[in-house]
Amino acid sequence: MKADRIFIQILRAAAGVSLLILAAFFIQMFWSSLPALRAAGMSFFSGTDWDPNQDVFGAGAFIYGTLVSSLLALLIAVPISVATALCLTEIFPAKIAGVISFLVEMLAAIPSVVFGLWGVFVLSPLLRSSVQPFLSERFSWIPLFSGPPLGIGMMSAGVILAIMITPTLTALAREVFLSIPTLQREAAQALGATRWETIWIAVLKNAKSGLWGAIILGWGRALGETMAVTMVIGNRPQISASLFAPAQTLAAVLANEYAEATSDLHLSALSALGFTLLLVSTIIHLGAKFWIRRGRES
Amino acid sequence: MKSMNRFSLLLSPFVLLATLSGSMVQAAVQLQGAGATFPYPLYSKWFSEFQKKSGVEINYQSIGSGGGINQLLKGTVDFGASDAPMTDQELAKSPTKIVHIPTVLGAVVLAYNLPEVKVPLKLSSEIVAELFSGKVQKWNDAKIAALNPGVVLPSTALLPVYRADGSGTTAIFTDYLAKVSPEFKSSVGSGKSVKWPTGLGGKGNEGVTGVIKQTPGAIGYVELVYAESNKMAVAQLKNSAGQFVMPTLESVTAAALGALKTMPADYRVSITNAEGKKAYPISGFTYLLVQKSGKGPKQQAIKDLLKWTVTEGQKMAPALSYAPLPQELASKIQSTIQGIQVE
Repeated sequence: MKADRIFIQILRAAAGVSLLILAAFFIQMFWSSLPALRAAGMSFFSGTDWDPNQDVFGAGAFIYGTLVSSLLALLIAVPISVATALCLTEIFPAKIAGVISFLVEMLAAIPSVVFGLWGVFVLSPLLRSSVQPFLSERFSWIPLFSGPPLGIGMMSAGVILAIMITPTLTALAREVFLSIPTLQREAAQALGATRWETIWIAVLKNAKSGLWGAIILGWGRALGETMAVTMVIGNRPQISASLFAPAQTLAAVLANEYAEATSDLHLSALSALGFTLLLVSTIIHLGAKFWIRRGRES
Repeated sequence: MKSMNRFSLLLSPFVLLATLSGSMVQAAVQLQGAGATFPYPLYSKWFSEFQKKSGVEINYQSIGSGGGINQLLKGTVDFGASDAPMTDQELAKSPTKIVHIPTVLGAVVLAYNLPEVKVPLKLSSEIVAELFSGKVQKWNDAKIAALNPGVVLPSTALLPVYRADGSGTTAIFTDYLAKVSPEFKSSVGSGKSVKWPTGLGGKGNEGVTGVIKQTPGAIGYVELVYAESNKMAVAQLKNSAGQFVMPTLESVTAAALGALKTMPADYRVSITNAEGKKAYPISGFTYLLVQKSGKGPKQQAIKDLLKWTVTEGQKMAPALSYAPLPQELASKIQSTIQGIQVE
């Protein structure tokens, strides 16, 4: 009985540690952000001017860049990952599925600087010389595809991020599909469902909330990715409707400027960027949780 | 009790080893340094050569100039290293007096990607300031053409590429632009991170190089060493004497020579746009930052090291593409090193 109690105390302590770390993060980040937040006020979040020389700090363009690049990544990666995971669990024989899921997981092991270099030397030139001119010729009336095709920019960043989160999303989606009892599939088939209908009714509908969870985790990874993004996004603090234009993300500025910042206000503003990133991911997580719960209830 | 004995018996060789290595550490002086990344290849060569000669072990972390200054101010390192001299505000934060010792020179070059142009382009300071302010859109602009008679310039769109990460390279380059263009000074200013009015940002020298190499029409600024090892096309710049000068080790050393007359006693000076017919205009010192006075064998080792770098060390610089100090300056620095006190 005594051992039981000790064991429970240890578990409690372990759970408490992660809570404590998160709280410490928030407090510390907020504390060191205060000077910059006080100096800039709300314009720190809404302003788009970032000029360390003039002590003007506005993170608006970085928040925009972070959200758009990660959403673009999700837009590309989610369909691919879900389709791959369906192939792995529902369609391919186990042997082939094993090989493919091993290969997809290998993608996750590639360091992000390698993705970044590949982005600079292979992906961006490809986008500049073929993909973007194609889009520009046919769809330049859509603001998304206007402006000169530079290669380096928001589109490169979105594609790189998509490749980087695909293994995470695929692995999670596969686990979600595997957790659905075979009985469900058999029941659908017994009612005369075709293969497609089985996947739709028995697998995808049941997997909905699990898939949302997977997407949120993938999104979190895309929000914080730094090295690969900064190498291909063009590092310009601007808000442009065009996906061809350069942009900038919160994590990238933080990594770029922290090492060489010496003025107190600049350092504080960089901490405030970290705090903003923490805030953005927290809001997304909580929002998604709330949404999923509401979806389940109704 | 019995298990305790066995345990201590097991440990005894380690205890012996620990005491032995402890006494060995005491014999050799160990120095900790941190700072600039630009001179790192040369410094690591220097420090290993110096260790062979003197037995002094030096750990140098190339964490960036700003980081080096911060670490020195916090007292976590024995010496710092920076591409830009410390500002008055930074010096005021230090409880002790800090001495700047220039070690070698570097240059920032304008590298571009114009496959059609086979000869080195000629650019003037005014044009460079305009390029990086977004005022010139095409390569066949009349102003560029006027500087390059006989060169057929393409109508390619011009894309300026800058360093996105805070860096001494940006500091030297913007210092030069602010000096030659009052308009650039008021609209952009100078510093390690500035707000560029136009263009694309690459991370690090390798990032800027990558973008330039992959984008026809791009022009960006990188360190001389980097442009050389990547075999990039670089521009000749018009210096303050009106001569077009290629960035070479000789023209960079010449810039230091040109600035010698106006050199302040603490060497905290920008030598961009320096005087002299042969001077390359975007040159700069890189410094070691040390305490003016200190105690014991560590301070003596630092003093010996500095003395060695401005004499023997200089000979190793050109092979690694760093411009050595001009002779006149090196002797002046030697007397400054003599003034470092060992208590």
